[in-house]
Amino acid sequence: MSRSNSSLLAPHSENEARRPPRQHRKLPPGPLDYSRRWWMRLPLFLVFFFLYAPMVVLVAFSFNDSKRNIVWQGFTTDYYVAAFNNTELMEAFINSLTIALMNTVVATLLGTLVAIALWRFRFRGRAAFEGLTALPIVIPEICMGVAMMAFFARIGWPTDLPWPVNLVKITIAHIAFSFPFVAIVVRARLSNFDRALEEASTDLGATQWQNMRYILLPHLKPAVIAGALIAFTLSLDDFVITFFTAGPNTITLPVKIFSMVRFSVTPEVNAASTILILITIVTATLAMWLQGRSLMHPLRSRQTE
Amino acid sequence: MESWRKHPLLFWLFLLPPGFWLAAFFLAPLSVVFVLSFGEKSGIIGIEITGTLDNYIRALDPLYLGIIWKSILIAGGATLVCLLLGYPVAFAIAFAPARWKALLLLIVILPFWINVLIRTYSLIAVFRGRGFVNMAYEWLWTRANDLLALAGLGDQNLLGEYFTPLPLLYNNFAVSAGLVYAFLPFMVLPLYANIERMDRSYIEASLDLGAGHLRTFRSVILPLTWQGALSGIIIVFIPALGYFFIPAILGGTDSQMIGNVIERQFKAANDWPFGAALSLLLMYATFGALALRAVLAGRNAEARGGV
Repeated sequence: MSRSNSSLLAPHSENEARRPPRQHRKLPPGPLDYSRRWWMRLPLFLVFFFLYAPMVVLVAFSFNDSKRNIVWQGFTTDYYVAAFNNTELMEAFINSLTIALMNTVVATLLGTLVAIALWRFRFRGRAAFEGLTALPIVIPEICMGVAMMAFFARIGWPTDLPWPVNLVKITIAHIAFSFPFVAIVVRARLSNFDRALEEASTDLGATQWQNMRYILLPHLKPAVIAGALIAFTLSLDDFVITFFTAGPNTITLPVKIFSMVRFSVTPEVNAASTILILITIVTATLAMWLQGRSLMHPLRSRQTE
Repeated sequence: MESWRKHPLLFWLFLLPPGFWLAAFFLAPLSVVFVLSFGEKSGIIGIEITGTLDNYIRALDPLYLGIIWKSILIAGGATLVCLLLGYPVAFAIAFAPARWKALLLLIVILPFWINVLIRTYSLIAVFRGRGFVNMAYEWLWTRANDLLALAGLGDQNLLGEYFTPLPLLYNNFAVSAGLVYAFLPFMVLPLYANIERMDRSYIEASLDLGAGHLRTFRSVILPLTWQGALSGIIIVFIPALGYFFIPAILGGTDSQMIGNVIERQFKAANDWPFGAALSLLLMYATFGALALRAVLAGRNAEARGGV
């Protein structure tokens, strides 16, 4: 702030003149500039440190050339090699990816369908149905996990199916809890759909099917992709529900990591965890980016491109 | 919105698949648990549905009441810490310059996507006897001892003869810290949403009229954002009761929570009816909390509408 400007602030000008000139000082924080007060910044930084430091350490020590995760001994990728050569771990990893892919296809489809149905149609019991679709998100995971376990035992689901059919049981459970998340993302995008486009195309002779295919779906595309990525991440990450639905031959990566963590803490666990962290961060960031873009106003997003 | 009768075929095409999935793989499993909870164990794996209420009565056994009470204390403590940390964080993000906001939000949300099991595991290296907190503590302890030696008090052993690490792992403290670590993003998001929506001129008015920042928080900001806090409390506290793997990884022998009891009934003790009853109780608690929030929010809207 220059001196010529400060003379405009009449009540303070005398004090200002007596002080030594502070050429590069910013203005003191205004009353609502909470982000510039140290007692607001300090908790923010402390919380960020608390959130990230343990994970940074975990990733760093997956490269540490020492059996015990205590002191840094030097860089190595041995534990990644060990993790890749660990057949049980790799089997679990492949199971996880297979389940996540199957889950993504069905959950994206079901989530999109239910979002469109709830957005478009008026029918009896609509509010109740809407509440029901939110329920899998709301109830504690452990309740859903034990429900799935009891359900599959009750209907006598066979346990000795060949791979990959034996993963269907876990996939069914994953679809049940992940498609409501897809529905939320698609629903948000539907709310800024311009019905006039549909009406125009109907006036020009388009059928319901053509409207869906050429007007609605292109509009929904970014949200559907974001929803698919979210469904993928949720499935890949899920531990609680899988823990209760998995049999001894259908271990997934989180379930395997859980049993490894309970019996021994080795850098191999760190290596496996780092791989999982990497995959989920990439897919989740992509999903959030797409979702953020999809919620922008269609006209505005076109202008910024 | 249009009536479903206008395009019945399209309507059923869209509604039937998700409706079927919810009925077959969500409502049916919940019904199985509901029925199981009125059953009795017969033999090693057999279960007889007798309509008994014994499983619910057993939850009132002092042993389980004690575990329920301890779960409430641990999860409640974690929720309180989340709230205390979440408010300033949500506040700082809501009031940050626009170009920082997206990044700060991303930093808070990202851990939500990272596997919670891995995040729990990462705390072991921080909290254990030779973990990072204790290493920092040992360093401070050694320096303090050196200082005392310099001051001529070296042989008094004022800080104890040997360095003893803080017991941070395998106890209730570790479980609470693990829950805070797992659930903090869930607390920040609803708080942020509410603070962001708040009309800031109220704060300005309060500060203009001479209230300090603390007074403004208590009398203006808190009453305007308590709904976000309540949402945060509900989505942290109740799931925290059921997160059995955090006590399993970070807790000691006496850190069992309700989730662990449920897990044991299904995975080890093979007493499914009792586990079913407990998990239903947890579910009813969820519904109760959500209903309470709906009622409070409704009353609040009514009160505002009346003014």
